Amino acid sequence: MNKRWNWSLWVGFLFVLAGFLSYPFFAQFPATRDFPWANFLLFGLGGILLLVSLVRAFGKPQLYRGKIFSPILGVLSVLVFGFFSYLIFYQLRQVPGSTGAPRVGQKAPDFMLPDQNDKQVSLAELLSSPASSASTAKANGVLLIFYRGFW
Amino acid sequence: MRSFQSRLSELESRGIRVVALSVDPPETNRRHRQKLGFTYTFLSDPKAKIIRSYDLLHAGAGPKGVDVARPAEFLIDSSGTIHWVNLTENIAVRARPEQVLKAFDEMPAKAGP
Repeated sequence: MNKRWNWSLWVGFLFVLAGFLSYPFFAQFPATRDFPWANFLLFGLGGILLLVSLVRAFGKPQLYRGKIFSPILGVLSVLVFGFFSYLIFYQLRQVPGSTGAPRVGQKAPDFMLPDQNDKQVSLAELLSSPASSASTAKANGVLLIFYRGFW
Repeated sequence: MRSFQSRLSELESRGIRVVALSVDPPETNRRHRQKLGFTYTFLSDPKAKIIRSYDLLHAGAGPKGVDVARPAEFLIDSSGTIHWVNLTENIAVRARPEQVLKAFDEMPAKAGP
């Protein structure tokens, strides 16, 4: 008798891979980046499908295939999920304390740095020039965004 | 950073000048700014001198172990005083434009006309 294809094994593993590989896509949007719930949802669906495939392969071995591949892909999926969780819950939170950073109420240390056109710009200048080219009044404030870089 | 670009007009209409700062050199900033369609100012601090003076250095966290800035956002009023700070504890969680707009709208005395 021909055994049935244990499809949930392969589809489940695909979901797990998608959960991992789609991180850069979902990280574009704050709603799915602040907490990567969309990725965890994909992992969760993949996990359920893999469990189903294990139950089928070992519970009804006369009906379903996958006795070799379901444990292999199951372990691989756990490893992928573990690595993802390590990145999300540990690696991304390794941020320096910055206890010496300027606080609310303090003067922002002035600086002089080149902009994208190699023009030297100081904070004092930014504060005394208009917020945009559309305006002539001097700025009401500066939002200074420190970021890691695009590299 | 993309979210600040998409709500730039709201920020600029309040007179808020948006400025980004990293260790990237000016030519990288010029290229990425163009490629990603950013129109606000990008400053370069390749030796992390200013980043260090703000105590925002994340040592060895860049590619090949170079020093970079940890993410942080400051709203500085027209007198140069810091009005609002966001020091995230998670690289993936950054300030959102609505937080900045709210902080600005709550500023007690605004300079200007």
